[in-house]
Amino acid sequence: MATAAPAPKINHIGLPIVEYRGGKSTLCAGCGHNAISERIVDALFEMGVDPERVMKMSGIGCSSKSPAYFLSRSHSFNGVHGRMPAIASGAILANHTMMTLGVSGDGDTASIGMGQFVHMMRRNLPMIYIIENNGVYGLTKGQFSATADLGSKLKTGVVNDLPAIDTCALAIQLGATFIGRSFSGDKKQLLSMLKAAIAHKGTVMLDVISPCVTFNDHEGSTKSYKFMQENDDPINEIGFVPSFEEIAVDYNSGEIFEVEMHDGSNLRLRKLHEDYDPTDKANAVRTLMEAQANGEILTGVFYINTTQPTFIDLLNVVDQPLGTLPESLTRPSKSAFDALMAELK
Amino acid sequence: MATVDPALGEKQGEFVTRARVTNDFSINVATVNGSGSQSANSVLLKSIFGMGVPVSGKNLFPSNIAGQPTWFLIRASKNGYVARKRDSEILVAMNPETAKSDVQSLPPGAVVIYEDNLDKTLNLAQIRNDVSLYPVPFDKITAAICPEVKLRKLVRNMVYVGVVAQLLAIDLDVVEESLRQQFSKKQKVFDMNFGAAKAGFDYAQENLTKRDPFFIERMNKTEGKIIIEGNAACGMGAVFAGVTVIAWYPITPSTSVVEAATALLKRLRVTPDGKATFAVIQAEDELAAIGMVLGAGWAGARSMTATSGPGMSLMAEFCGLGYYAEIPGVIINVQRTGPSTGMPTRTQQADLLSAAFLSHGDTKHILLLPGSVKECFELTMAAFDLAERFQTPVFVLSDTDMGMNHWMSEPFDYPAKPLDRGKVLTAADIERLGGFERYRDVDGDAIGWRTLPGTKHPKASYFTRGSGHTAAAGYTENPDEYQAVMDRLARKFDNARKLVPAPVVVKDGTSKIGFLAYGSTDCALSESFDQIKQRYGRNVDYLRLRAYPFAQSVHDFVASHERIYVVEQNRDAQLASLLKLDLPVDQVAKLRSILHYNGLPVDAESITEEFANQEGL
Repeated sequence: MATAAPAPKINHIGLPIVEYRGGKSTLCAGCGHNAISERIVDALFEMGVDPERVMKMSGIGCSSKSPAYFLSRSHSFNGVHGRMPAIASGAILANHTMMTLGVSGDGDTASIGMGQFVHMMRRNLPMIYIIENNGVYGLTKGQFSATADLGSKLKTGVVNDLPAIDTCALAIQLGATFIGRSFSGDKKQLLSMLKAAIAHKGTVMLDVISPCVTFNDHEGSTKSYKFMQENDDPINEIGFVPSFEEIAVDYNSGEIFEVEMHDGSNLRLRKLHEDYDPTDKANAVRTLMEAQANGEILTGVFYINTTQPTFIDLLNVVDQPLGTLPESLTRPSKSAFDALMAELK
Repeated sequence: MATVDPALGEKQGEFVTRARVTNDFSINVATVNGSGSQSANSVLLKSIFGMGVPVSGKNLFPSNIAGQPTWFLIRASKNGYVARKRDSEILVAMNPETAKSDVQSLPPGAVVIYEDNLDKTLNLAQIRNDVSLYPVPFDKITAAICPEVKLRKLVRNMVYVGVVAQLLAIDLDVVEESLRQQFSKKQKVFDMNFGAAKAGFDYAQENLTKRDPFFIERMNKTEGKIIIEGNAACGMGAVFAGVTVIAWYPITPSTSVVEAATALLKRLRVTPDGKATFAVIQAEDELAAIGMVLGAGWAGARSMTATSGPGMSLMAEFCGLGYYAEIPGVIINVQRTGPSTGMPTRTQQADLLSAAFLSHGDTKHILLLPGSVKECFELTMAAFDLAERFQTPVFVLSDTDMGMNHWMSEPFDYPAKPLDRGKVLTAADIERLGGFERYRDVDGDAIGWRTLPGTKHPKASYFTRGSGHTAAAGYTENPDEYQAVMDRLARKFDNARKLVPAPVVVKDGTSKIGFLAYGSTDCALSESFDQIKQRYGRNVDYLRLRAYPFAQSVHDFVASHERIYVVEQNRDAQLASLLKLDLPVDQVAKLRSILHYNGLPVDAESITEEFANQEGL
């Protein structure tokens, strides 16, 4: 059959998916991080985000390399270890009109970067903060990180005897306004979650379990593909309808928690756990703490708040990016200067 | 008046005629911090200023909220000397805890004004029989004019302003005017404080017999001058440089830089519809503060932070990233006494070396060194231009003395030049060029072109990283590619010599001896040179540094003198060390050091004595 190659599918801003791709990954084959990069590409493509309107931020570690593997058309900043939140915060203050996508790891966030992480969550600056969570330090060859579960085992047989930090429970408590957990191997859930994240205004914190095939994918690990496939327990099923698509009503409203997003998109969370309300902060934290105590791995959207003002709202800055305001707006006049001098005499 | 002053004798009129000292002495007000003495001292200082007499104020205060000893030195100088004077001739002893040692440290013929109750516990006349004692019943005077017991502690200090004014013959009208400025919009507060000052003035007039030789006489040497602290001047410089993002963490003695800037921003940088053209963020620590500054600088903002030694140490890693990834940002370091926590409220110039090379690896930074409050304003503005021109963090090194004390100055000048936003490509540029390489030296000035996030062109983006990179901003571990970038960075730094603020040749005559210094040391030096001339008949030359990397004229100055005295306020001769790294080997042996590092602002006497000592005079 001599048919012409079909034209590539384009999104609603007229771009093919290839315009969302990045460089070739240098991470290990099978690394969960690569799957996350693919889902980020899919989500941005499907949402029709302009690549030139995105800032990619990261710290140091395997996870933090990954911004090189998606969205080559976006500016990217690979900073220092654990300090992506500060760089991202500064960049957002300079240009709050951009979409900011941060990628960090469990070491980068929950150990060296913990101080900056908690303050980033607290400010609710508009950005998506993804933790590619594999429970180990990869580049230094497999030490436990602070998100490794109590009792999980390294390849060498070393057992983790400290409790894991649950970054989701923490982020909820601290003031971030969209918090979820997913698994790099769950294409559908992760894609829906990322699309909803793009529609959110405020800090989105996504903890994505992302197995390290080299150092943490063995028997006894709680961050392995096998363990996640067997133990992933979604608290809700995510349905996301972007603002530019029509909403079809095809569900039993009692089973669905529906959220109107900032940009007019529609997030529908089908309850898989009885009466889970993702706007109830205290219940969300309690649910996560109980799950951790019981050794359960909950995924899904745990908490969402679409009304909390962001830090940019609180600063009450002009609509234009501060970074490129003209001199006429940033240098006060000679008469204002003269008045100041007169006061000092 | 029970006080006897045997040293000065009974014939006061005769004494005054014989040894009248006019407009040339220092007043030391000893109080406890948190007692509200700051406004009283400020009013006294501005009253002398109002008499047209050059004046300076130095607050020697503890790192404490309330209740610890504080000294405020007010120097009146007809010659315009504004450095700390080693001895104070007039002591206002409001702190019984330190009264004894304060009195003991006075030079002969000095004056003590003190609460008369103090004589019950401390017989001052017995401690010193060569000073004039003026006991004043501060508590009684205060109680009479201030029925509210709670307010008495604050008002009491204003009483000494009145007493001092009367004794020194400062017009009460001038005091009133200073008070009006101080409490401009608060009539009630003004009334209460003026009442106190007047009560002190009246008491002195009726009850004290002038037996000392010190007088303030009207001059016209402050006409048109302003009084400001260095930190306020830095804050003003930032605002007139068009700063858009300030990220900071409070630390003494730099906090008032951001406070001053924020107050001005709120006043001058809000649009008619009430929106801010700036963002000020109090970060969780200095690591975050500098990270935010670099993130903002990367995304196009004029960004800055203000800090002091411990904060700068925390900024080390990020400053290396800023240097290597070539990101603009301004860091104002108001140096305090180190090492470690050191003496947080005391002054030093001991961060020069650590600032110059802050961070690991081959890292070096542009440093600007303001030598006056006017230069705090000008060099802070220049720092933003240089940071964007050279795409790198730029430091402004001030110090506690410069930053937190009152300095008289010529009014500042409104900036004559437009902002230099550096080499930034627009989408149209990229379209015309067909692309760009972030770290390629296309103009031969060792500075690449950058783009800002949001530039609407598919080829506008680049990848910023602190890891090894190529001219095209790609990751590399290739030896040649890595080294090419490092060599270009060195060339760029070298090129900065010509663009940073040039040194000021203050005196270059025929002397074989030259002086080099920077920052707040300058004020003591100009006085010291007069002493050296008067006492030893020597003329010396002087070049004041204003930036690192050093300009060629610094080399020339050293080359044209036999001996060079480097005067600085640290133990380890940091400026001399930095010069030694820069100068040709045959010039290095010319350098000698005069060092002052006890936490007090350097004074002229100390420099003169050490110079005479080293010269064998």
